[in-house]
Amino acid sequence: MNYQAMRAIYIFEMSRFFRTYRQSFLAPVISTSLYFIVFGAAIGSRIDQVEGVSYGAFIVPGLIMLSVMTQATSNASFGIYFPKFTGSIYELLSAPINFLEATVGYVGAAASKALIIGAIIFATSFFFVDVQVMHPLAMVAFLILTCLSFSLLGFIIGIWAGNFEQLQIIPLLIITPLVFLGGSFYSTTMLPPFWQAVTLLNPVHYLISGFRWSFFEQADVPVGVSLLAIAAFTALCLGAIAWIFRTGWRIRS
Amino acid sequence: MAPIVRVNDLRKSYASGFEALKGVTLDIEEGEILALLGPNGAGKTTLISTICGITMPSSGTVTVGGNDILKDYRAARSMIGLVPQELSLEAFETVFNAVSFSRGLFGKSRNDALVTDILRQLGLLDKKDTKIMALSGGMKRRVLIAKALAHEPRILFLDEPTAGVDVELRKDMWAVVDRLRQDGVTIILTTHYIEEAEAMADRVAVIDKGQIMLVQDKDALMSHMGQKELIIQLDQPLVGDLPDALGKYGLEAIEEGARLRYVYDTKADRTGITALLNDLQLAGLQMVDMETRQSSLEEIFVGLVKGDAA
Ligand SMILES: Nc1ncnc2c1ncn2[C@@H]1O[C@H](COP(=O)(O)OP(=O)(O)OP(=O)(O)O)[C@@H](O)[C@H]1O
Ligand SMILES: [Mg+2]
Repeated sequence: MNYQAMRAIYIFEMSRFFRTYRQSFLAPVISTSLYFIVFGAAIGSRIDQVEGVSYGAFIVPGLIMLSVMTQATSNASFGIYFPKFTGSIYELLSAPINFLEATVGYVGAAASKALIIGAIIFATSFFFVDVQVMHPLAMVAFLILTCLSFSLLGFIIGIWAGNFEQLQIIPLLIITPLVFLGGSFYSTTMLPPFWQAVTLLNPVHYLISGFRWSFFEQADVPVGVSLLAIAAFTALCLGAIAWIFRTGWRIRS
Repeated sequence: MAPIVRVNDLRKSYASGFEALKGVTLDIEEGEILALLGPNGAGKTTLISTICGITMPSSGTVTVGGNDILKDYRAARSMIGLVPQELSLEAFETVFNAVSFSRGLFGKSRNDALVTDILRQLGLLDKKDTKIMALSGGMKRRVLIAKALAHEPRILFLDEPTAGVDVELRKDMWAVVDRLRQDGVTIILTTHYIEEAEAMADRVAVIDKGQIMLVQDKDALMSHMGQKELIIQLDQPLVGDLPDALGKYGLEAIEEGARLRYVYDTKADRTGITALLNDLQLAGLQMVDMETRQSSLEEIFVGLVKGDAA
C-alpha cells in the first residue's frame, strides 16, 4: 500500500477546504439557521408535535442529513473533477497508486469535510431547539456511513462529468429531491398510503429514518433495514469505483 | 546492461479510432539523454503518456527497469518523473505544497530540505509560498519540473520543457539537466528547438506519423547523414557565369562571386572534391582559402521528415 500517497491526497484536499474556511464553515451555518428560522420558528409554531417530538427538534436530523449528503457529494465530485478539468490529473495517473489508495484519499477527505459540516450544523441547532440524542453511537455511525457513501457517489459523478453542468446536475436533479421527499422535514407516516409506498423506493428515506431513530427512537422503517440499505449503497458505489479504475473509464484514454 | 526503458511494438489507437502509435520499438539506455524529435502530431506526447501510465497501450509492451508498465506499474512508475507539455497545475496551492504533494504521491516520505533544494536549483525559492496562479508561464514550467523531480526519479521525461521559456530559464534548465545526467538520471526530452537536442542529447530518435524513423547516436548521425559544404574563397571575384566545365558540380556563387559553395554528401563513395579542385584549376580560377561546414541536425531532421512525405 502507498500510505504516503493516501496521506498526501488527503492532506492536499483538506487544505483546499481550510483555505476557504469562510465559505466552508459559514455557508452551512447560515443556511441551517435560515431553515431553523423558517421551518422551526415560523411553521413549527403552528405544527405542534410530530410523533411526540417538537417540530423544531424533529427537523434537526433531516437538516443535518440534507447538508451532509449535498456537501459530501459536491466536495467529492469537485475534488476529482477539478484535476481533470485543469489537466493536473496527469500526476495522479502517472503515480504508483491503485484505485483504493486514490479513493481513500479523495473520498476520505470529502467525507471528513462533510462530517465537520454535519457537526457544525448539529452544534448550531442547539441555539434554536432542545435536541436529545438517545443513541449517540448509532447517530455517529449513521453520520459517518452517510458521509462516506455520498462521497463515493460524488467521486463517481466527478469522474463521469465532462463539464460543469454535468457536475451540478445530479446533485440538483436527483439528490436534493430525494432528500426533500425522503422525509427530512416530515414523517412519511403523515403521507397518504400511496405516497408512503412510493417513499419506500427512495433510498435516502432509509437513511433519514435511521438517523432520526438514533435521536428520538422513532422511525418510519426499522433501523436494521436502514443500516442494510446504506451498507448496500456503499458497496454499490465501491464496486462502481473499482470497475472505473480497472477499465480507466473516463479518466485514462 | 539491459536498457532501462524497452518499448516493444507499441501501438496506440485513441477512442476516435485514430492510430497515434503504429508499432513503436525503442530501447533507452540507462544514463543517456535521448532527444525525441518529430513534427506536431507525430506521437511524441502519446508515446511518453503511454510509458508513464496516462494512456493505455492498445498493444505491445513497455518495461521500465525491467518492470512491465501494466503488471508491475508500481515499480515502473516509481522510477519515472514526468514534465508534461501542458501547464497543468492546481492553481490555488502554494509552490512548496504542490511540490511536496508530488513527493508524497509517489510514496516518498516528506522531506522539506530536499524540496527546498530542488526549488533553489530551479530558482523558485523566493516563490515557495506563492500561489501557483500568481506565477508567470515560465515559472509554472519550473514548478512542473520541480514536481517531477520531487520523488528523485531515475528516469525523467521532459515533454517540450523549453516551449515558451526565456533564455535565462533555458540555461537554468539545462544546468539542472546536466546535474541530473551526472547523477546518472536517464532523460528523454522532446523539443522543437533542434539546437537544443544537438547540444544536449547523446542519441536522437525521430518519430513521424506514429513511427520511429530513426534512432542514432547524435554524433554518428550528424557525421553519417550530414551533408557538408565546402566554401571556396577565390582570389578575385568571379565575373559572369561559371565556366561550363564546372557545371556538373552544382556550384553556387555567393557573396557576389567572391566565394563558391559546393555541397557534398559524406556518405557517398566519392565526395568529388579532388575532381572539383582539379577542374577549378583547369578553368583558371585561383583559390586562396577553403573551409568545410557540417549541416545542422535541423537540416538533417527536415530532410528526413520531408523525405518521408514525398
Ligand atoms: N485524446 C486523443 N484523442 C484522439 N486523438 C488524439 C488524442 N491525443 C492525441 N491525439 C492525436 O494523436 C496524434 C499524436 O498526438 P501527440 O500529442 O502524441 O503528438 P506530438 O508529437 O506530441 O505533437 P506536438 O509536437 O504537437 O506536441 C495527433 O494526430 C493527435 O491529434
Ligand atoms: Mg506533444
